[in-house]
Amino acid sequence: MPIPVEALLKKKEHFERGPDDPRSEDFHHELFELEEQGEWIVHRAPEPWVGVTTKYGNIKKIPKAHLWHHKSCGQCGHIPGYSTSIFWVMRKLGYDYNDPRDQTSCTAWNYYASATSNAGAQAAVAMRNFAAAYESGYFPLIHCGTSYGHYKEVREELMKHPELRAQVRDIMGKLGKQMVMPEEIVHYSEWFYAMRHEIAALQTRDMSGIAATVHPACHYYKLVEGDAIYDPDVYRGQRTAIVTGVAEALGAEVRNYSTWFDCCGFGFRHILVQRDFTRSFATLRKIERMKEEADPDVVLTHDTGCVTTLDKSQFAAMAHGKNVGVPVMSEAQFAALAMGAHPYRVCQLHWHSADYRPLLEKMGIDWQAAWAEFQEDLKKLESGERKFSTWDDVG
Amino acid sequence: MTMTDDRSAFYKNTNVAGFDDVPFEEKERLFGLVKADMRFPDYLYGCYECGICVAACPSARFYDFSPRRIAQAAGREDVELVYQQMQEDVWECSQCFSCVRCPRGNNPGGVITVMREVAVKEGLVSAREALEGYSRIIYKIMSTGTQVSPDMLQPDAFPDWGPEVKDVSDNLDLWRRALPPETHHTTSTGWDVDEKTLLELYLIWFHTGALDMIAEVDEGLHMILQEVMEERLEDAGVEV
Repeated sequence: MPIPVEALLKKKEHFERGPDDPRSEDFHHELFELEEQGEWIVHRAPEPWVGVTTKYGNIKKIPKAHLWHHKSCGQCGHIPGYSTSIFWVMRKLGYDYNDPRDQTSCTAWNYYASATSNAGAQAAVAMRNFAAAYESGYFPLIHCGTSYGHYKEVREELMKHPELRAQVRDIMGKLGKQMVMPEEIVHYSEWFYAMRHEIAALQTRDMSGIAATVHPACHYYKLVEGDAIYDPDVYRGQRTAIVTGVAEALGAEVRNYSTWFDCCGFGFRHILVQRDFTRSFATLRKIERMKEEADPDVVLTHDTGCVTTLDKSQFAAMAHGKNVGVPVMSEAQFAALAMGAHPYRVCQLHWHSADYRPLLEKMGIDWQAAWAEFQEDLKKLESGERKFSTWDDVG
Repeated sequence: MTMTDDRSAFYKNTNVAGFDDVPFEEKERLFGLVKADMRFPDYLYGCYECGICVAACPSARFYDFSPRRIAQAAGREDVELVYQQMQEDVWECSQCFSCVRCPRGNNPGGVITVMREVAVKEGLVSAREALEGYSRIIYKIMSTGTQVSPDMLQPDAFPDWGPEVKDVSDNLDLWRRALPPETHHTTSTGWDVDEKTLLELYLIWFHTGALDMIAEVDEGLHMILQEVMEERLEDAGVEV
């Protein structure tokens, strides 16, 4: 008997989530109740904000401006065009931000890799960063999918366990910091989704000829899944809407593939010390499936580990004649390119491994001329004529 | 069928899971530490044996690993099997949390996080082996405040990532200075972290026992980290 796919799809055509679903319970009640009890200060999302719908139908506030950029170690360290593109797009849209030096990483890459930490330490690291953001007057915007997922976990643990709150309060006291919890934990890709029409309004490059596949980050929508954005107009509300919503707003064609829900294979410890697993999973379960089923021009994703894994894993597979070879970047870099960003000065694609040049050509970008321009910048830096490149230098 | 008070027939023989040389009491003690973690009851509710977690699990495709076995062993308090898993299975997990798709609300990945923590804290062989070759990473994470850093991209460490790694390594200082965000010009950290923030991070490691956990898996690294942190804190006039 064939699988009744049509019947299943019909059933899923209309999908509503609301107060009848017990999972739709809004954590904000508890968040504010704890504030009333003097347990912490809730850092309100500043105006103006955009209201978006989350998985179980609650509205999440995504502030447009005045954001404290909680940077990602892997983005800043290994794929710096990622964070640079986030800043660049925000600057072009005219929204102010704070790129702080009093921020540490969430340290969760290590925690999920080695477990050489504990719940108290992880919560204290998170709360120290939240307190630093509060002191600055700017609202935290989390660049990394794992930081975002881990901070949601920390929020859940702190709300549930008074003994953990007491431990962290004691440590914050020693640091001279207050207990602060943001009203919303916001991932940068949620900001891009919320701002997608403003971004598209400043688009200078045509993306209609570009086919993309999307890889959603596990820690974005699987960990504490109620915070993730879902939109009835994207995948009929059945999958998280971020990245796909942005790519479609920019006119790109997003193609489907069968292993969409699979992890990228990052594995935290695996990508560092057991990479045969990471490489195999990333190529066999993700890139090869995408190539065979969707043949994309680019893979778009929204997390540090996913960009790294899917991009870097292709080189060795290519040596074995596998069906790989597709550029990987964040939707922030893709959006920046759509808005006319320089592929090297801003998007820093020379840090990536899979060949992105055919994609640039399809976008109408002369990458050889762009590379020559970047080389001129490097000459100025090398000769001492320029100490650093600035925002004014990159257009 | 006759019911009997002797329920041993329903359980595995104690030697099936191996590690016969380790006393049952020791295995029980370790499982007790896992169960004592405040998160444990939040992560485990029961098991339908539906296998959704296994179907979603990347590690299950490439290793002899199953998140369902983790949830079931912990749920039925199979001390022997839990011990075996702490020694053999837990480091295979990808910590992607695809398994939280569980219709029962279990979080096998979370149970594994707790099991790993106990394995590290108690200095289990599995933890020492899993973290071999990981010392530099832990050093970076605990001492710099930004975990991974640009200077980790060395061609001998990542030969399978293609020739671009060598390009990055050869041009690191120049390419970093070509980045427009001012915080990004560093080569040994992801971004520029100020001194006060670093000291605050060190205090967190000291006060939560996270630093002491390193001693069980790498005594030498623990000594170096402690020295680096204490010296910096002392220079700043901060008492630990």
